[in-house]
Amino acid sequence: MGQHLPRSIVKAVAVAGATAMIATGCAKAGTGGGDANTLTLWTHNGGNKAELAIVKQIVKDYNGSQDQYTVDVKAFPQESYNSAVTAAATSKKLPCILDTDAPNVASWARSGFLAPLDLPQEVVDKNLDSTKGIYQEKLYSIGYYDAALAVFAHKDALEKAGVRIPTVEEPWTAAEFESALDKIKKSGDYDHAFDLGTGDSGTEWWTYGYSPFLQSFGGDLIDRDGYKTADGVLNGDAAKKWAAWFRGMVTKGYAPAKSSVDAFADFQNGKSAMVWTGIWNAGPLGEVKDGVALPPPDFGNGPKIGGGSWQWAVSSSCAKKDAAMDYLAFSLDPKYLAEFADKQSVVPATEEAAAIAGNGWEEGGSKRFFLDESAAFAELRPITPGYPYLTSTFAKAAQDIIAGGDADKILDKAVTDIDADLKANDNYGN
Amino acid sequence: MSTTLAPQAAAAGAPSGTRSKAKTRSWVGFTFTAPALFLLVVFFFIPVGLCFTLAFTNARLISPEPTQFTGLDNFQRLFEDPLFWKSLRNTAFFAIVVVPVQSALALLLAILVNGQGRAKNFFRTLYFVPVVTSIVVVSILWRFMYAPQGLVNNLLQMVTFNLVDGTDWLNNTSTAMPAIIVMSIWQAVGFHMVIWLSGLQTIPSDQYEAAALDGASEWDKFRFITWPGLKETRTFILVTITIAALGLFAQIQVMTSGGPLDSTSTVVYQAVRTGYSQQQTGYASAISLVFFALVLSISLLQRFLTRDKDVR
Amino acid sequence: MTTTTAAAGSRRAPKPARKITGRMIGMNVGRLLLGMFFAFPIVFMLVSSLKPDEQIFSDMSSLKAFLPVGDLSLENYRTTLDTVPAFRFLLNSIMVSVVTVALGLFINSLAAFGLSRLQWKGRGLVLSLVLATLVVPFETFALPLLWWVNHLPWLTHQGFTILWTEGWIDTYRVQILPFVANAFSIYLFYSYFQSIPKELDEAARVDGASWFRIYRSIVMPLSGPAIASVSILTFLPAWNSFLWPLMVVQTEELRPVMLGVSYFFQLNVAWGPMMAYSSMITIPVLALFLAFQRSFIGSIASSGVKG
Repeated sequence: MGQHLPRSIVKAVAVAGATAMIATGCAKAGTGGGDANTLTLWTHNGGNKAELAIVKQIVKDYNGSQDQYTVDVKAFPQESYNSAVTAAATSKKLPCILDTDAPNVASWARSGFLAPLDLPQEVVDKNLDSTKGIYQEKLYSIGYYDAALAVFAHKDALEKAGVRIPTVEEPWTAAEFESALDKIKKSGDYDHAFDLGTGDSGTEWWTYGYSPFLQSFGGDLIDRDGYKTADGVLNGDAAKKWAAWFRGMVTKGYAPAKSSVDAFADFQNGKSAMVWTGIWNAGPLGEVKDGVALPPPDFGNGPKIGGGSWQWAVSSSCAKKDAAMDYLAFSLDPKYLAEFADKQSVVPATEEAAAIAGNGWEEGGSKRFFLDESAAFAELRPITPGYPYLTSTFAKAAQDIIAGGDADKILDKAVTDIDADLKANDNYGN
Repeated sequence: MSTTLAPQAAAAGAPSGTRSKAKTRSWVGFTFTAPALFLLVVFFFIPVGLCFTLAFTNARLISPEPTQFTGLDNFQRLFEDPLFWKSLRNTAFFAIVVVPVQSALALLLAILVNGQGRAKNFFRTLYFVPVVTSIVVVSILWRFMYAPQGLVNNLLQMVTFNLVDGTDWLNNTSTAMPAIIVMSIWQAVGFHMVIWLSGLQTIPSDQYEAAALDGASEWDKFRFITWPGLKETRTFILVTITIAALGLFAQIQVMTSGGPLDSTSTVVYQAVRTGYSQQQTGYASAISLVFFALVLSISLLQRFLTRDKDVR
Repeated sequence: MTTTTAAAGSRRAPKPARKITGRMIGMNVGRLLLGMFFAFPIVFMLVSSLKPDEQIFSDMSSLKAFLPVGDLSLENYRTTLDTVPAFRFLLNSIMVSVVTVALGLFINSLAAFGLSRLQWKGRGLVLSLVLATLVVPFETFALPLLWWVNHLPWLTHQGFTILWTEGWIDTYRVQILPFVANAFSIYLFYSYFQSIPKELDEAARVDGASWFRIYRSIVMPLSGPAIASVSILTFLPAWNSFLWPLMVVQTEELRPVMLGVSYFFQLNVAWGPMMAYSSMITIPVLALFLAFQRSFIGSIASSGVKG
């Protein structure tokens, strides 16, 4: 009795050993670089089949176009991509070519992770401004596309309530928007007139999604004149008006204080009349029979949406920078850009690409709205190496305001924290 | 614990009669612990030591500036930070509720499913389900249960004939933490049930049989056989649940992000947020260091209180 | 606080069949209700994995969330296998977890044996050191650890030459070795060993057995429940690890299952496939638990203690 215990342990070890052999036998885990002519490329598309397929296609074409270098793709899931890059950066294991979320570019550039891009000027000039990561007058990253936010609405709800359908040329005024919400709420057909999508527990959505409203009111996360303080912009009158409006959406019963985990699914299921979301849901929006995408209202300073999406950069530790630049230039071919716009609801980075994209991107097409909206309203998030601290502080402030905290106190505290951080870091070299 | 042969197998130090034989050369005992000790030093003490040195600097996660020694600045800043005190209070509240409730519940479950038989195996596995389900799935589910029109409120209305309306549980400063507590206990109780079970297995069955012959009631059996027999397990459970409760983090990260209005912010959540999203490595290390000191003193206190009072 | 079978784990001849009493039925109904309360996430997960995304959310506000109704299909599973190399991830996780458990069982029980059965100088200090490691949550020192493992040396061979390499990033060992020695396991073994009479050691010593022999042939065979608990205790965190592999694994072929969950969190989350994937990675663990406990719990030789 009991003899089988040690034996089962022995068995377990044997199984483990066998598994190890099988696993390592077919893994061939190279340690990073491989041979000298392999360029490693990291992308955040793990799990995003359509976009990853295009990246892989570009790489395949590039590898086939010349025989000196081989690009090797490693895909990470988007949700954890930034942590993986930061970890790799702190352990000096960055790949040659990597994509990055636009607001991180300045921080990484200043920390010396990225090399300035050396691309043909005529290629760079074609791109939308919001697809370029420029820090201290040097270009560090360039994107194939931009994303765009919009108010997705059930057209029936607006028509029934007798609300004017806004356009990029003629957006809603703040008062118009307020009365639209009121009418929809009174109709009683929906749980919520406008779901802000506050169910996200991540940080970046809070800044990307809600700072444009703040900017439309005339406030901002930091004074962009010198990037040395947030005082007066994040806690000035405009910011206080924004906070009152933001919290008011909840107190007046237009929006849930904490949306469900998928606000867009609730919109699809007719629980909300309108939802604040992005172009990534444009595909499913087409399947909602009365679904339309509308520009955000103008709160006095013009409508605003967040600008800057995923872009490509070259790491400073890359041994073959010229090859990496060569690859990037190759990949910016309009046909690839068009492919992204086509397969992945995203705003193409150049007019050329939009023209050949089709699928609604052509002049007068159904997706054209997003391109016009981006060109007219996109506002980049502050370009400063201190952005990680800014975004995390703003996200917390916005969460506290929507939860009903004392807005003046919250905003003042956010400003104090941001200014202290700026001081501790010598204004991040600005 | 006690057996027919050794009614008093003492926990620390064998009874005096056998001490001379039990004394061995230091290197024998040390050799047994050496592999584990080596791994702990390499993968725990060195990195933690690094972490604690960083607490006295202004180190940042990524920065071109060299790290500077700043003495006790981080700690001064920390003790002046109202959020830290709030997180500390929340953590304490969580632990004070969870430790007794979860250990008692786990013991109850363990007694319910102790023994052999297909049915008991099956129930054991059922109770264990939340432990192995991904926290992401669990949190989505509970977010829906706690939503204003969610299952919890629907049930409340059903049970009370629409007298009680419920609330937006996770978005109300007075209910968010209790909601997290319920979910956490539900999630982890199966885990501690397994540990209680292994403790119950150490109690020889003939003691129960003897008691049954004497006509002892179930309660007497529990009081005089089960409870004393679980002494070692008890200490283990107490210490581990306390440490797990004080380290509350994952549920907060996925359910509330510390909100609403910091009512669910905990010390570890604050440390992680400061260290990763705000990239203030030095400050985050200071939080970790203070946390470490606190937990260590609580554990030592617990060990002191649960030491072998009844043996000698 | 009552049990139907007080004679827990008794290995006697089967008793005459007991009469089915009202109390027993009550107990089992109670067990079942509790079971439902604990099992509902897995029901929800399995049921949702068969539904399209939209329906998961429209069913959410009622009990439909737990019922296989509406538009059911295996579509999500197909998508899952298209999105994530699920089998590869499963293989990695099994391998990492099993090796961690096997090594952990050996190294930690050895340490606990040294701490619990032997009197030696420095024992108290080592015990305190081990216990001190319990109180630091992993998240708080993950970054220094990352920096550190990146500088650790390792021996590799190319053909017949042995080489020193630096850095452990992107390997299996970096997912295993930091978690082998574990204070929880040592402590659990330690508490359990305390309940095994020391007289057994004494007797064996008199017969001239070495300490290792006592560990192998006397103490370990009596420690089934502890081995079971420690296995579960080591297996779960290894299986559920997320933060660490995220930081140290760059090659997809080496990723464990939990990283797979984030593959479904694009900007528009694929809820159905995520539920399908979660089901795929949860069921094996439950099956393992079921198989495992059967071989340990209740098969303990309580008679072995009787001298």
